[in-house]
This record gives sequence, C-alpha cells and structure tokens, in this order.
Amino acid sequence: MTQKFNLTIDGKSHTVDADPDMPLLYALRDDVGLNNPHFGCGLAQCGACTVQLDGQAIRSCVTPLSAVGNGKITTLAGLGTPEKPHPIQAAYVEEQVPQCGYCINGWIMTAAAFLATKKNPSEAEIKDALSGLKCRCGTHISILKAVKRAATMMG
Amino acid sequence: MTKFEKTSSFSRRSVLLGGGALVVSVGAAVSLDTVLSIGNAYAQGAKPPLTPDQLSSYIAVNADGTVSAFFGKMDMGHGLHVAIGQIVAEELDVPFKAVKVIMADTAYTVNQGGASGSTGIQLGGKQMRMAAAEARRVLVEMAAGLLSVPIDKLAVADGVVSATDDKAKRISYKEMIGGKYFNVTLDWNKQMGNALYAPGKAQPKKPSEYKIVGQPIKREDVAPKVFAIEDFVTDVKVPGMVHGRMIHPAIAGAVPVKVDESSIRQYPGARVVWDKGFLGVVADKEWDAIQAAEKLKVEWSQVEAPFPDQAKLYDHIRKAPVRKAEVEKQNGNVDEAFKTAAKVIEADYEWPFQSHASMGPACALVEIKDGNVTCWSGTQKSHFVQQGVAATLGVPVANVRVIHKAGPGSYGRNDADDCASDAAVLAKAVGKPVRLQYMRDQGTGWDPKGPASTHKARIALDASGKVTAYEFTSKAFSRVDVDTNGSKPFDTLAGQAQGVALKSGDGFGVPAESYAFDNKRMGWETIPPLLERSSPLRTSHLRDPVGPQIHFASESFMDEVAAAVGADPIEFRLRYVKEARDVAVIKAAAEKSGWVTRTSPRKDQTGNKVSGRGIAYSQRNGTRVAIVAEVDIDRSTGKIFARKFTVAHDCGQIINPDGLVKCIEGNIVQGVSRTLWEEVTFDRKAVTSVDWISYPILDITETPGEVNVVLIDHPDIPPSGAGEPSIRPVAAAIANAIYDATGVRIRRVPFSPERVKAALS
Repeated sequence: MTQKFNLTIDGKSHTVDADPDMPLLYALRDDVGLNNPHFGCGLAQCGACTVQLDGQAIRSCVTPLSAVGNGKITTLAGLGTPEKPHPIQAAYVEEQVPQCGYCINGWIMTAAAFLATKKNPSEAEIKDALSGLKCRCGTHISILKAVKRAATMMG
Repeated sequence: MTKFEKTSSFSRRSVLLGGGALVVSVGAAVSLDTVLSIGNAYAQGAKPPLTPDQLSSYIAVNADGTVSAFFGKMDMGHGLHVAIGQIVAEELDVPFKAVKVIMADTAYTVNQGGASGSTGIQLGGKQMRMAAAEARRVLVEMAAGLLSVPIDKLAVADGVVSATDDKAKRISYKEMIGGKYFNVTLDWNKQMGNALYAPGKAQPKKPSEYKIVGQPIKREDVAPKVFAIEDFVTDVKVPGMVHGRMIHPAIAGAVPVKVDESSIRQYPGARVVWDKGFLGVVADKEWDAIQAAEKLKVEWSQVEAPFPDQAKLYDHIRKAPVRKAEVEKQNGNVDEAFKTAAKVIEADYEWPFQSHASMGPACALVEIKDGNVTCWSGTQKSHFVQQGVAATLGVPVANVRVIHKAGPGSYGRNDADDCASDAAVLAKAVGKPVRLQYMRDQGTGWDPKGPASTHKARIALDASGKVTAYEFTSKAFSRVDVDTNGSKPFDTLAGQAQGVALKSGDGFGVPAESYAFDNKRMGWETIPPLLERSSPLRTSHLRDPVGPQIHFASESFMDEVAAAVGADPIEFRLRYVKEARDVAVIKAAAEKSGWVTRTSPRKDQTGNKVSGRGIAYSQRNGTRVAIVAEVDIDRSTGKIFARKFTVAHDCGQIINPDGLVKCIEGNIVQGVSRTLWEEVTFDRKAVTSVDWISYPILDITETPGEVNVVLIDHPDIPPSGAGEPSIRPVAAAIANAIYDATGVRIRRVPFSPERVKAALS
C-alpha cells in the first residue's frame, strides 16, 4: 500500500513512506514534521495549505503524494527567514497583516509566486491573483497593502 | 511635613543599616527586624496559591529582571497582549519590552473570563492595571526600606528605584524580588470571570503621566507567524499521540445503532470510540484517521428529519411558541401613545443563522497521565474548558490544565470548546493522547450558530412628524441555547451526544443607543431550538452576539422613519440622540465622509450602475460607533460593492491606536461579509452549508476600497471594548446606502446578488 517518496522541501531531502493517494499536506505536517502549512478545508477552497511546487502555488491538501514527482517544494518556512525575509514576508510584518494568522500560507505563498512573474501589478491584477483565498478575520485591506508594498520592493 | 520625616524615633540599628531614614507605608518607625523582614513581607520564594486575591497571580519579576504578566484572558488576533503589556509596563515603570504577557494557561492565570464581550482591555486590562500599580507601590515601599529613603523622594525608571536627590541610592526590581514571588493580598471582589476585580492599595497613574499607554506599539507575534516559527494549536505534538476524527449523522438527531469496527481495521491503530450518540475514531496517522472516519460502516437510528423548510424559517420563528419574553427598556406609556398617533410606521426585518466558519476547523489535543489531564486548545475560554473537560472526564478541576494555543480563528463560541471535550472523551477511551481536528464540514456545519431572528419595529408620529412612541421587539432563537463556553457537558456536543440532561438557556438583546423618545419599549422573545439535542443549528454567541441582527433592524428602521418624515438620515438621528458622545461619533463620521445633508433616496441617478450612502450608529457597553457606508450597485446583476466606509469610533481611553485601527478594519470587513454573503443553509435533515462554496464569505475582489477610521480618544474615560462594537452597525449602514441608491429597502440579510436583483426588479 505505502510507497517511498523522495521529497525536496525547502532545500532539504526527505524520504516519506506513505500511501500514494495521501495529500502532500499530511506528509509535510505529520511525516516531515513541519508546522506549516495548515489544514483549512481539505478541498482546495481556502489556501491555508498552500506551498510552492517548482515556484507554482499549489494546494497541498488536494495534491496527492504521487503527483509531486521530483518537484522542489517550498513552504512558508523556506521562503525566507527573519534575517533574510522574502519581500512579501517583510511587507507582512511591516503592515502588521495577520490577526489569527492561520490563513497566511495561502496569501503569502500565492502572492510570492505571483510577484515572481508579474512586475508592478495593478490593484485589480493583485486582487485577481489572490481571488479565492480566504481570510476569516477580515485582514484583506492590510493584505492588499502588503502585497503592493512587496511589489514595490521587488520593483 | 509627611509622616515619613519623623526621624527622632528611628532605632540606632536601623539607621546604621540603611544610613538614612527608613520608610514604610504604615507610617511608623520600624526596627531592624522589620527592615530585614521587608523583603520577606512582600517577596517570597514559594509561590502563593493561584487565587484571584494574590498579586503573584498577575505579576512576577523574573530572575533576569523581566516581568511576567499573567493574564486570564487571551488575544484572538487583535494584539490584545500588546495593549496589556503596555498597561503593565506603564504602571510598573518598566520598558515595554521587559514585559511578557502569558495568556490563559490555567496553570498560570486565574479565570478572568477569557475572550468575552470585547472586555479584554475594558475589564481584563483594568485588573492588570490595578495589579501592576500595586506591584509598583509595593516595590517602591520595599526600596524605601532598603535604601532608607522616603517614598516621596524616590523615582522609578526602567525597573530601577532611585533616590531623586542621590542617584547613587538605587535598587532594581530585579535585585529586590527577581525570581521570587509577591506575597501581597489584593482586595478581591470574590467574582470570577469577566467580573473579577482585585485591586490593591495603589492608585494607578493619571492618564496625563502616560508614556507607553497610547503609543502605536507593533505586535511582536506577527513575525513568528509570517516566518512559520510560531506554533498553532494544530501543531502541538506529544509522544504517543494518536489522531482522532469525529463522525456525525447525515440526519441531525440520529444516533448510531450498529458500528462495524472491522470496516476500518486496515488502518494502523484504528479504533472506534462509541458511546450513545458520540462516535469517533482514532488511528496512528492523521490521514488514516480521516479515511477511517469516512469508511467506518455505521447504521443510524431512524429519525424524523428535524428541520423546517428553510424557505419557511422566518414563518417558523414568528409562529413558534415564546419560551421567554423580556422587556429590557421601557419609559412612558407606549400603548397609549400609539393609540393617539397621527401616523404609525412599521417594519419587519430578518437575519439568518450564521456560522463562525473559522479559518480552520477546531483542533484540540488531550493527554491524560497519572490522573492529570492536559488539554491544548484554541478556545476563547480556557478556564471554562478546564471545567468542561473535568466534568466530561469526571476528574477534579484542579487535575486539568488547559493550555491556550492560537487556534484557526475564533469569533465567539465556535467549535473549539466542543472539540476539547470530544478530544477528552477520545483520549480517555483509548488511553493515549489524542489530537483531534474536525473536518471542514464539521467546522462550518456543526459549530454553534449565530441565532436567526426576526425584528419588529414601529414608531408613532404626531401631526408634525415628531416621534411620540417607539417599540422594538425581536423574536428569535436564543443567543444561549448552548452557553457561551463549554464548561458544562450539557453545553457541549460530547455531553449532549452522551445523553446528559439538557439545559437550554434563553437570552437575546435590545438596541443599544440613546434615542430619547417620550414613550419607548424594547424587548425580545426567544423560541425553542429546532432540535433539542446535538443540533447543528444549536445557537450561541457569534461575534457581537445578536448585535448585528438587532442593529441591522433598528438602524435600518431609523432610516425608514427619517425618509418618511422627509429628513436627512443624520439630521433625523441628531434630533433624538441624547448622549453627547453618541452625537460626537455621528458628527465625526458625517464630517470625515463629507456627508451632504439631503433626504434619501437620491433622485439624480439613472442606468444600472448606481451609488448611495448610508449612516448607522450604535453603542456597545460604553463604546460608540458611527459608520457611513458608500456602496455601488449594479442593478442588472444585483451585485453590491461596499466601496468605502468611514468609521468614527469612541472607546474611551485608547491604549494602542494602531492596534485599534486594525481591529476596526477587521470588524468592518467581516461585517460586510456577513451582510452581503453569509447565510447558513439547511434542508429538512441537516445543515447544507458546509464549506467555502456553500457558505461563501467575502472575497478579496470584494474588499472595501477604503476604510477610514476616526478615533476619538478620551484619555480620562476608562477604556471600553473594541473587538466587536464596529461590526454592529455595518449591515444597517449598507442597507441604508442601498436604499439611498435605489429607493428600495431590503429587510433581510444577506444582500446576495439574487436577493438584491429580485428586490430591485
């Protein structure tokens, strides 16, 4: 039933022995022991589980292990550090965005992937790129400010 | 001449010891023994009991000189801990960064009520202020003794007490008490929870002396979240832990009659926990527990589908028997005034069930070891969960420790408390620590709901258009069908599923405003729940419990009356609003938004794209908020864009203006979401809004373009709450703006595109 998978997560190799149908989320959280991303819905409806696979933002809660292949996985913890933050992380701190903070994997990982390919986006483009992500605390105004700030930083 | 300046009676030894005047607060000269005992009198190595009457229950100076503030409430995302740290640092005269606020761990804090009713600063902060002030008083008194300097010749800066006329005479808090505990009794009012108050002898500072309170200090917990360093409750792991999942019936009210455990034996460690209506599984791995819960073969009891047709929900409420009725406010003779009215205006309003729909479903971890229980929970009320878990497991409360960890959002009595009790039942049954997280459909489908309601308002006018009488009555499901916390098994899903005797409560509320009408009556009626036991439509507190419902109705109605008498909506309100602070927020919102005096609706627009503006105002436990909403409406689609909000907010003294603005922005955005989108759906069998598709909330593409906040600071008025008051008038402000734009009054929330389009056609 189970199968061995070699995963590259935040630049490190991990071997996971698990059901090929198991979503990547559980491998990251339970097998590798990362405390991000989060389980929000298990339905790809909210974004709390978002990681990047080869730079693309994906919902790890519906991505089976068998679909990961040799792709490089980046999680929020691997995006940047307090010493060397990704611009969107720096902007998030500067704008004091999160309230409960449970949603931020979705917004930050999606915004980082978007900003990597889109320079100087308009507000409408930012909203469009982030549409579908959920924040229940209602921090959307600060999220938009942070993404705009990060876009400026990334020039 | 102060009492401390009588040097003649000092003993020789005390003078030798201290080299100067010795001072204690009792005012008498003291002996060497007293000097030596000063330290022991106020500081001791052994920890006093964790009771509300002990200073050590709130404040400790650690061995390294930092300060721990033990706070029996908790932050739910607004940065409350920053404000509490500011208050404590201010009163203690220590740097803000020296204070660490420890929140709502039952092993370290007393029950200050948890997150409740926007009282974090109003009541929780009040107590922490008094405790910190008392700690400073005691420390200065100790320093006076140890330095032999009169109290009035001492100053404190950064946790160091020094003589004002001889800076060499100095001693730090750390040197006096670092690593020890205060041995000081407070004057506790014998109340627990929100009402707990235990001041010492100290007077807190005057607001004019503040250096830290009022500053826009940033949250230090943002970066750890942004860099994925900080753990949530979902991240806690303990050795030997297994994963749990719960199973609920497809028809609410059904209970398992046959469970085939062999159907999940392929999953390592899989076990069924079944007790009457309680059904859960555990497995070694989380993914296996999820699959086991899905695959478990269960035969359910045959029950009648318990719910009415949703299309008839409001008919049901209106026709249902009244279980409790209460008139909360009354003056004059309302019935008589209506008999003699020249004109009567009446309207009915409706508000649906709404879900907390927290960002993630609740999670709890329970470990039972040697008769002691540890529960990690994202609850808003850990001390109450401590009681609930103890009752569920049949152990003394003292044997249960609840550690609060940030959860996936919390806006009242969400699913967190139920999850803690469910996890406790699972952990006891399997004899291992159990981490339980609900699934999305359980978080949204089975959390306690904000009550659906109807509201009837009527006003009597005389021939001149003056209001002579006003009556406002809500008829609704109770706000406390299950209580605001899980301290009693009959208020938890686990208890209800296991068959405990039920005790549904009754409560609702009335508008909070200061309209001065000669004859006025405001009250409510509650009706029984649709299903008495283990109901996915049981009702309880959802952010600003019943406030959005009531004020949607009452403030929409004031607009209707303004239109009926041909008055500008703000001018009409100001004719009757009595309290000066209420008038001030209304005027501030009007001014900041550039309000132009005219009647509603506008008459200068044609075409499908129209815009409007609306005002609503309310109070909430001392706080006053006025909101001007500006909305755009596409008549062809019914889609509303709540484009701009101007919020005037007065919560008395402001502790942290930046934190306050963020808190208000969240209230407005969540308020827009609840007004435009949110409605629990159900069929005869069960709740059918179970995820983000079936229970939509506001999307970022619908985020207001602007939220302008006007903070009105009253440094000399004790702070009231901010966590909820500004969500209260949002729906009415939007409804009034829709009316202004279109001339159509929508009296049922949510204002979904279909409903708006239908109303406009």
